[in-house]
Amino acid sequence: MLEVTTSHYVVLSTLLMLIGVIGILIRRNILVLLMSVELILNAVNINLVAFSASLQQVHGQVFSIFVITVAAAEAAVGLGILIALFRNKQTVHADEIDLLRW
Amino acid sequence: MSLDTVLFYVLAALVLGSAVMTITRRNVVHAAVWLISALVGVAGLFLLRGAEFLAGVQVIVYIGGIMVLFLFVIMLVPVHEESTQRRFSNQKWPATVAAVALFLWVAFIAVNGVSMLDHPGMAEPLGPGSLSENSEAVGLVLFSQYLLPFELASILLLVAIIGAIVMSKTRSRETES
Repeated sequence: MLEVTTSHYVVLSTLLMLIGVIGILIRRNILVLLMSVELILNAVNINLVAFSASLQQVHGQVFSIFVITVAAAEAAVGLGILIALFRNKQTVHADEIDLLRW
Repeated sequence: MSLDTVLFYVLAALVLGSAVMTITRRNVVHAAVWLISALVGVAGLFLLRGAEFLAGVQVIVYIGGIMVLFLFVIMLVPVHEESTQRRFSNQKWPATVAAVALFLWVAFIAVNGVSMLDHPGMAEPLGPGSLSENSEAVGLVLFSQYLLPFELASILLLVAIIGAIVMSKTRSRETES
């Protein structure tokens, strides 16, 4: 308990992923949904860095850089889609977008 | 309790508390500001694990880039009517139970799998590692072993830029005709 080990980091990142998943599942606002995705990607990065430190290898940190790159691309495209969606549907609520439902 | 332990628990509390506030705030701007706080906490955890370069990247890219993009989009979308709307969708309780079940499953597997890494000595941070040392190590691996993924990432970013522009621009010619 006194010494911080890799398990502590893994449990922390799993908790962060839990919060992100709950955010995605229960919120209606698409902006908050995208923020929850960022939380989940950060949980992944915590894991990669913790393993990188415990294995004394730098590869995990390089993978984290790629994850951050993908997160930036995802945020840009996601927010672009959101703007197009708001222009067409006048809403940012996920449960009011039912164009594909009959 | 060593300084590292205290810092870990403080940063973990900051990250988790801010994350909970992010997904529960009614106002989207407040959620974004709490998310910034969570990202700063994650950057602190990176520093604690000896990943100085990544902590810098986290602050510059996430807080300087992605969060500013979020705030710009929040500016374009009306938030004032948000206070009169329901925050959560109808399936909030089943969804929470399902997410907690997923968490227990993943945590069980992860902790079982990781405990073999936990013997003392393995969990040491990456040496004294000054900023230049860590950046040097990351740069060497990134530009030799991961050169192809690095170039692919730049193509991905180019595609994302074009995609974001195409999707968010107004189609004035179509609407006129």
